Amino acid sequence: MADKTMTAEEAVSRLESGMTLGIGGWGARRKPMALVRALLRSPVTDLTVVSYGGPDVGMLAAAGRIRRLVAAFVTLDSIPLEPHYRAARESGSLELTEIDEAMFLWGLRAAAHRLPFLPVRAGLGSDVMRINPGLRTVTSPYDDGETFVAMPALRLDAALVHVNRADRLGNGQYLGPDPYFDDLFCAAADAAYVSCERIVDTAELTKEAPPQSLLITRQVVTGVVEAPGGAHFTSCAPDYGRDEAFQKRYASTPWPEFAARYLAGDERAYRAAAEEDA
Amino acid sequence: MSTPAEHDATTRAEYCVIACAETWRDAGEILASPMGLIPSVGARLARLTFSPDLLLTDGEALIVRPDGTVEGWLPYRAHLELVTGGRRHVMMGASQIDRFGNQNISCVGDWARPIRQLLGVRGAPVNTLNNPTSYWIPRHSRRVFVEKVDLVCGVGYDRAAGARHHRLARVVTDLGVLDFATPDHAMRLVSVHPGVSVEQVREATGFELVVPDRVPYTREPTAAELRLIREVIDPDGIRAREVAG
Repeated sequence: MADKTMTAEEAVSRLESGMTLGIGGWGARRKPMALVRALLRSPVTDLTVVSYGGPDVGMLAAAGRIRRLVAAFVTLDSIPLEPHYRAARESGSLELTEIDEAMFLWGLRAAAHRLPFLPVRAGLGSDVMRINPGLRTVTSPYDDGETFVAMPALRLDAALVHVNRADRLGNGQYLGPDPYFDDLFCAAADAAYVSCERIVDTAELTKEAPPQSLLITRQVVTGVVEAPGGAHFTSCAPDYGRDEAFQKRYASTPWPEFAARYLAGDERAYRAAAEEDA
Repeated sequence: MSTPAEHDATTRAEYCVIACAETWRDAGEILASPMGLIPSVGARLARLTFSPDLLLTDGEALIVRPDGTVEGWLPYRAHLELVTGGRRHVMMGASQIDRFGNQNISCVGDWARPIRQLLGVRGAPVNTLNNPTSYWIPRHSRRVFVEKVDLVCGVGYDRAAGARHHRLARVVTDLGVLDFATPDHAMRLVSVHPGVSVEQVREATGFELVVPDRVPYTREPTAAELRLIREVIDPDGIRAREVAG
């Protein structure tokens, strides 16, 4: 069986400008930030990003890498409004496909199941229909005759997710209270890159955690990246919580200054700078 | 036994808590999803008094009893499925709301190029089409109560077109309680909090409200409810930060 371990740089080198990229996690929770930072060091741009948005979206938007965003929200959770995303929207510098949280989930499911759409009872009557003129409805062929939104599949060229543990083959494990939707992002994508806090032997995965914590199966994974602190400054329970002080700095520092201080060097330099300023 | 605290006059924030709690009266064995501090205090009060079967989360992935005992698991994916199953009553915020209950939390101005980007539609479309929905507005003003919202996130009665699971229960604000129990589902004033006049509510509302001839005051909390609010649920008085006075 193939050893899929690679560096964050190697994972990002397989991405291309113009791709549709799914990013796992939720808001400022377990985001694959080390992979996003590697992406920011690369020349990859013109992306369509599909995300339950947090600082992943904010940073890529601030760096001008997003052509189109597909999202239901962008938030830092403890800071409700993401400042860099907000600035991008208010300056009109990115296109947006704004859909409901459940529509988003049904879209990922449709892609994972290789279906063109799934019916969803959300969106009708709201302005989601007006701002997405491409959305179509579907009527039940049964006696109820109910009309639904036909949520199109959110098929991805690539997915980036971060979990607590993984083996070298691509089996990924979450140890916190919420899996979010990382398995679906991987299943909806042509290629999935999983970063993790620690790579362990396969047998280690179920030594102290139950088998249902094995969220991602290796068949949908292309690359495994060991990235301790790889979700920083978002939370990665139970390994660590959100770095609220750093997030506040991220939200209140002008982007060029923040990027120069923390993103000019590699991941090691990022961590050193973050520790120095803590 | 009474404590000195119980003799202090009921604050505006406490009337708001009572009004929010009433939203979940007789709701049965469903999930209460309060968003915002005062709705959270209200939901916990309802759970501890007249609606003991309510389910409440820790705000993340766990369903917890009032003493903190975990009794269930509700990660986001299960939560979204529970929404579509309908066994839930959510109380959301609203940056704008109109007379038929259309609600906006996404942005102010033209969506294509907003003057002010807010949260995004979030789960408002799925919530309003699937389970009872109420709103909490900590500052009742013409900026919030508008003739027409800039983007319809939560669906109002004039746009629900008979959607079979659509129901907007109440709108609770720092001034009073409103609902949509009128023939055409236009917003109606149900009660004003003690110290607030009907005229004050009218002036703070950017459209014509349905106002009955006699508008009662929001009910008084019982001594037991006041004790629970002040000593058990919110002993640090954080509620006063959301609603002053």
